[in-house]
Amino acid sequence: MIDRFKVSIFLTLTVLFICYTFYLYHINYKTQTHADLMADKGKHIWQDLNCSACHQVYGLGGYLGPDLTNVCSRLTNQQISSKIHTGTNIMPSYNLSEEETLQLIAYLKSLNASGIASPSKLKLNIDGTIER
Amino acid sequence: MEPSKGRTEVNFIKVGLIFLFIALVFGVVGALQYVIPGLFRSNFSFEKVRPLHVSSAVFWILITSCGVVLHYQRKVMGQIWSNKLIKWQLFFFLAAMISILSSYILGIFGGREYWEFPPFLAIPFGIAWILFTINVFKSVLVYRKQPVYIWMWLTGAVFFLITFLESYLWLIPPFRTNIVNDMTIQWKSYGSMVGGWNMLIYGTSIYLMDKISGTKHYSYSKIAFWLYFLGLFNLMFNWGHHIYTLPIPKFIQYISYLVSMTELLLLGRIIYYWRTTVNAAARHFHILPFRFLFAADIWIFLTLILAIAMSIPSINAYTHGTHITVGHTMGATIGINTFLLLAYVTDIFNIHNPKGVRIITIFLYITMLDLFIFWISLIIAGIIKADWQMHYPEDAFSLMMYSLKPYFMSFFISGTLMATSFTVIIWAIFRYSNIHSVKDNKG
Repeated sequence: MIDRFKVSIFLTLTVLFICYTFYLYHINYKTQTHADLMADKGKHIWQDLNCSACHQVYGLGGYLGPDLTNVCSRLTNQQISSKIHTGTNIMPSYNLSEEETLQLIAYLKSLNASGIASPSKLKLNIDGTIER
Repeated sequence: MEPSKGRTEVNFIKVGLIFLFIALVFGVVGALQYVIPGLFRSNFSFEKVRPLHVSSAVFWILITSCGVVLHYQRKVMGQIWSNKLIKWQLFFFLAAMISILSSYILGIFGGREYWEFPPFLAIPFGIAWILFTINVFKSVLVYRKQPVYIWMWLTGAVFFLITFLESYLWLIPPFRTNIVNDMTIQWKSYGSMVGGWNMLIYGTSIYLMDKISGTKHYSYSKIAFWLYFLGLFNLMFNWGHHIYTLPIPKFIQYISYLVSMTELLLLGRIIYYWRTTVNAAARHFHILPFRFLFAADIWIFLTLILAIAMSIPSINAYTHGTHITVGHTMGATIGINTFLLLAYVTDIFNIHNPKGVRIITIFLYITMLDLFIFWISLIIAGIIKADWQMHYPEDAFSLMMYSLKPYFMSFFISGTLMATSFTVIIWAIFRYSNIHSVKDNKG
């Protein structure tokens, strides 16, 4: 295989990759939601506590605890707050202030509003694709 | 000619082996926390143990990959552009890696999955990688008519850097306001990043096979370049299987599904050339690094079958978020990456002492067996969880986890035995290394 041919293939793939990448960035920019400061701060708390070590969001994250994408559909704010402050026999308790707890709950609510995580709700097609 | 004992790239490998040992220790602790839920809950809970295990394993792979690429590139090119740059790279790597592990122990996080450390610690890590990329590029004296592994090393260095930077786009607020799109870019970068380090590792395996077989036919062949482009194509576009089940635009699913199916060509090639592989094994099995290469070949086959199945969206709907994904990751990082890296390490450390070779070989077999039991345990646990999340999601999570206990036990026991076997291999590598006899070309 001559070098010029190799370089052509490499450049073609690279250009396609760049176009695809920037198209995804463009979609991200176009669909950015109105900045919810509470939820954004809650997301930082989620990361500061490393909740994803044990919990999943849309099936991505740890495996020790349940997926929390739609936890706000299952539990009330009071129940979530209680779990955070008292922990469980596996999860440690977290000494968050009232404001931090509300911010974390705001983040969980924004997750809940983004979609349904349960794979049982997906429609499986014969060609191997899936639909919501 | 000076002995390479003092060469910094050999120090990369020694540090890498220490990180492998650390990863094994925290892996055992983490597995124990699955068997005894709530163990060390108040002082050393799973949110600390998991990143300590995962990051140490990633550091083992990255720092050792850099070390072996620089070491072999010095042999191929006759020199490395800047030895000073290698030393600075090691300094920045160590500064970042030690700070990162310390931050986890202190419970200071702030990052995201796999890079859980506070984002500012990514700066020394990124600088180290930039220095590596400069050195790898500058050391190539002539770009024409280079073998495929040089292409792979250069591509791997650049793509890792690009995707590493991309994984930090979330620091810019517009990139993180839409949760689903933010996760799309996060997993796009992670998927390609793994492809980046695989380019470094797989490229090196081609170099080593050339060295063992004594010919250079393959690394200049058309098929080698076509497979390289197939790998690059997948690195760029097949990451979507991580996020099929998210509410993403459909085209991401279609592109990733179609691109991933091209991996069937790789699977077909492995099956077609199986006899040749076995014959090569019979011919070269007396060479210790080859035994690790052959072990990795078996895991490439098993992991590829699982990866292709998981790339079909309707199968992925079952496997996503289950321990099958963990099984796939373990097969790839232990069965492929670690065995391949150990092949290079045993080659570079020049292990010829018969007792050392025997010990390493015996424990390689034990590791293979333990890894297989470990892998199967995770897959069975994953199948049970998949059944729960698809058919009985209203049942309590804790009940489902309780039903997985026997498989967690088997995963813990086989994992502990595997960690012990790897520890013996690491010890034997240090004990029987013949590094003084390794001469390299003057740099």
